Amino acid sequence: MKYLHNIGTYFIMIKDMFRRPTKWSVLKTLILKDIDDLIIGSLGIVAFIAFFVGGVVAIQTSLNISNPLIPKYLVGFATRQSIILEFAPTFISIIMAGKVGSFITSSIGTMRVTEQIDALEVMGINAINYLVFPKFIALTLYPFVISIAMFLGILGGLAACVYGGYGTLEDYIEGVQNDFIPFHMAYAFIKTMVFAFILATIPSFYGYFMKGGALEVGKASTTSFVWTSVVIILLNFLLTSLLLG
Amino acid sequence: MIEVKDLHKSFGDAHILKGISTTFDKGKTNLIIGQSGSGKTVFLKCLLGLFEYEKGSISYDGKVFSNLSRDERTELRSEIGMVFQGSALFDSMTIAENVMFPLRMFTKQNKSEMEDRVDFVLKRVNLDNAHHKMPSEASGGMQKRVAIARAIVNNPKYLFCDEPNSGLDPKTAIVIDNLIQEITDEYQITTVINSHDMNSVMEIGEKIVFLKDGHKEWEGSKDTIFRTDNEAVTNFVYSSELFKKVRKMYLDGNQ
Repeated sequence: MKYLHNIGTYFIMIKDMFRRPTKWSVLKTLILKDIDDLIIGSLGIVAFIAFFVGGVVAIQTSLNISNPLIPKYLVGFATRQSIILEFAPTFISIIMAGKVGSFITSSIGTMRVTEQIDALEVMGINAINYLVFPKFIALTLYPFVISIAMFLGILGGLAACVYGGYGTLEDYIEGVQNDFIPFHMAYAFIKTMVFAFILATIPSFYGYFMKGGALEVGKASTTSFVWTSVVIILLNFLLTSLLLG
Repeated sequence: MIEVKDLHKSFGDAHILKGISTTFDKGKTNLIIGQSGSGKTVFLKCLLGLFEYEKGSISYDGKVFSNLSRDERTELRSEIGMVFQGSALFDSMTIAENVMFPLRMFTKQNKSEMEDRVDFVLKRVNLDNAHHKMPSEASGGMQKRVAIARAIVNNPKYLFCDEPNSGLDPKTAIVIDNLIQEITDEYQITTVINSHDMNSVMEIGEKIVFLKDGHKEWEGSKDTIFRTDNEAVTNFVYSSELFKKVRKMYLDGNQ
């Protein structure tokens, strides 16, 4: 029953996010701040993880090819497919659920605990629009983060493959270019946009509707991470079945 | 003036407000007092429109809150200033930005007009040189004064204060009390203060509403509270030896 109540409240929050918009001059500042916090602030960790995981994928693929009949360019091909189809859109989103999601939940939750949200409501401001909508707009730039993750993941694979002695540059590049299906990029970015919406709204929901004090802010951040990850994984399955199945 | 008629509010089976009727007058500091759990905060949140109530009515200068459309409620709320117990300053903004916030949201003033108004109200609350400080760098008393400045910056008709003196030393508490009273008088605001502080009751209680177990037990002023023989009021207000002595001196002096 509690889950149903939460789901209902979540959808009401989504509806309220688009009602009674905040004045543009104020909203603009909030959006720019959220772009800085959520997008620019995540680039470092995303770049680091993508580069090294790309490298690991290339090494693992190379080490598992023992049959001489399998072409060497498969390392580049497998790395590209793994990074574009799953690693960049899905697993970076899980990492972002931890980084960005817990930041959103704890910052909104702290505003709840310290009555800052009550202050907004007393002033007649739609607090959900004021707090959640700028995050939603900021996260429409999330595909930019994922594009960087894709590029650096493939680059990391190349570096590991060539400098680790697992293959030649020519083979790797041939693999990356081989049998490229443009729809796979569309599929990856459709997933990315859906996950961006989830990353903006589920952590906001857990922050906005939390009750209690500092301890509950921590608990809400954890719960938010768990549920954001669960929803991302489930939607990943659903979208893959619909778009590629 | 705010008029409350037969206000009822429940949470599940718990009946918190049991038919409160009273008025809060314009240009006066109206205090709501009572023990913890008497329903003061729920009453204040109903007045602010943060809680929906089951029965009764609250009218602001004749406008019944529950009859107002969403837009009319938003407009009314822009005429309300609120000082929260913990100040509730936006911690990502400087003190000047906090005070400017209602102007940015609800007025079409340009930046220099807003800055002039912020300078004026910060000076009014004796905070001339704190514009660029963050709330975390300000003391409790300063934060309360910033909260008052933010509450009055947009010339509100109604000012609500939830425990404005909590956590302050007695001297700063008196400064805050006097500031609220001066502002109320100067701008003819309808001020409603939720308080536990008996010093505030004696200093600025031009109208006092005493709540007990969710109903209005007594109402009067800082003068009549000395003479009341209501047992619940005397047990609450004169629970300390100091206030018992003050009351005795007052009564002896007025015989």
